[in-house]
Amino acid sequence: MFVQFSTWDIVRNLLDAGKWTLALSLIAFVLGGIVGLAILFARIASNRVLQAATKAYIEVFQGTPLLMQLFIVFFGLSLAGIDVSPWLAAAAGLTLFTSAYLAEIWRGCVEAVPKGQWEASATLALTYPQQMRHVILPQALRIAIAPTVGFSVQVVKGTAVTSIIGFAELTKTGSMLANATFEPFLVFGLVAAGYFALCYPLSLYAKSLERKFHVAR
Amino acid sequence: MAYRFDFAPVFEHTDLLLAGAGFTLALTAVGAVLGIGLGVTGAVCRAWKLRPFDRMFGLYVEVIRNTPFLVQLFFIFFGLPALGVRMSEWQAAVLAMVVNLGAYSTEIIRAGIQATPRGQIEAAESLAMTRPQIFRHVVLRPALAKVWPALTSQVIIVMLGSAVCSQIATEELTFAANFIQSRNFRAFETYFVTTGMYFVMALAIRQLLVQLGQHYVVGRAR
Repeated sequence: MFVQFSTWDIVRNLLDAGKWTLALSLIAFVLGGIVGLAILFARIASNRVLQAATKAYIEVFQGTPLLMQLFIVFFGLSLAGIDVSPWLAAAAGLTLFTSAYLAEIWRGCVEAVPKGQWEASATLALTYPQQMRHVILPQALRIAIAPTVGFSVQVVKGTAVTSIIGFAELTKTGSMLANATFEPFLVFGLVAAGYFALCYPLSLYAKSLERKFHVAR
Repeated sequence: MAYRFDFAPVFEHTDLLLAGAGFTLALTAVGAVLGIGLGVTGAVCRAWKLRPFDRMFGLYVEVIRNTPFLVQLFFIFFGLPALGVRMSEWQAAVLAMVVNLGAYSTEIIRAGIQATPRGQIEAAESLAMTRPQIFRHVVLRPALAKVWPALTSQVIIVMLGSAVCSQIATEELTFAANFIQSRNFRAFETYFVTTGMYFVMALAIRQLLVQLGQHYVVGRAR
C-alpha cells in the first residue's frame, strides 16, 4: 500500500506531533521544577551529607549525556518490574535532567543574595525557615526568573532526544515522515522550524527579562 | 524473582567500548578546534558590526541555539544530500558539532570581546602595535581568558551531545554500547558502564581544558 503525502499532510502530522513535544516539555519543566526545588533545599542545607549527595546528583546529570540518562531510566524501570512506556520513561528521564539543572541554576541565585541579608535577618532573630521565606527566597526569585526561562529552551530541545527511545514526538514523527515521503530536506526543515517556533519566543523573553532586571539593580 | 546484575558480559567488549570512546574524543577534539575557530570569526563580525556578516552570524546563532542538535544532525545527514551534498557518517557528525559549537561560542566569545574596554585598543595603537598584534594580544587573548570557563562547559556539552550521533551510525561510544547490548541483552549494565565512561571523559576534558587555559590563555593574558 502506498500513501501519497501532500505538503499539507506532512505539516498536519508534524503539528499533531508537536503537541506531544509541547506536552512533554511542560511536564518535564513543571515536575523538574518541583524536584529541583527539593534538590535546591538539600543542596543549601547545613547538613553535610545532604549537601554532598545533591552535589553528586547534579554533577552526574550535568556530566553525562541525556540520551544515556533516558536509556538508564528506560531499562532501569523495567528491571524494577515497572512496565515502562516510552512516554513514561521520557517524562521521568527529562524530569530528573531538568531538576538537576534547575537546582544548580537556583543555587547560584540564592548565593547571589548578599551575605549581609542573611546576617541582618539573623540579627532580627528570624529562624532559618523565616529567613528563607521572607528575606532570601523573594530576592533569589527575582534573580532566578531570567535564567529559568532561558533554561526552558534546553528542556524543549531535550525532548528531541526522547525520539531515540521511541517516543513519537516531533523529531520521531519527522523521521518517519522523511522515510515515507523521501523528502528529508523539506521534512527536517519543517521539524527545525517547529522547534524554532517553540524556542525562539522563550529565548527572546529570557533576554528581555535579563535586560529588565539588570536595569532594575 | 530478583534481577541479578551481571557486568561481565559488558567487560567482554571493553575493546569496543574503548574504541568508541576514542572516536567520541576524536570527534570532540576536531569539533572543538573548528567550532571555536568559527566562533572567533563570528564573534569578531558581531562585536565589530562587520556588515553584512554580523547579521548573517546573528541569524545563524539564533537558528542553531533554538533547534535541537539531533534535528541539525538529521538535516545535515539526511536533508543535505537532496541538494547534492553527500557526506559520510563521521563527516556529518563533525559538521553538526562544528556548526552547533560555532553558534554557542560566537555568543560566548563576543561577550568576551565586548568586555575589553575601547581604551585598551587605543593604548595599543599608541604603542605602535600592528593590527594583527593588537588583535592577538589585546583583543582575542583577554577575551578568551575571560570566557574560558564558559567555553570549557560548552565543549563538554557538545561532547555529551555527540551521543545522539549514534543515530546516523557514527561509530562512537553510544554506537558501541547499542551494539554490545544487542549482543549480550544486558542493556542496563551496558548503558550504566557507558554512562560512567562519559562521566569520566567529561571530567578529563574539563581538567585538560582548565590546564590548557591556565598555560596558554589565562596565564598570558595578564
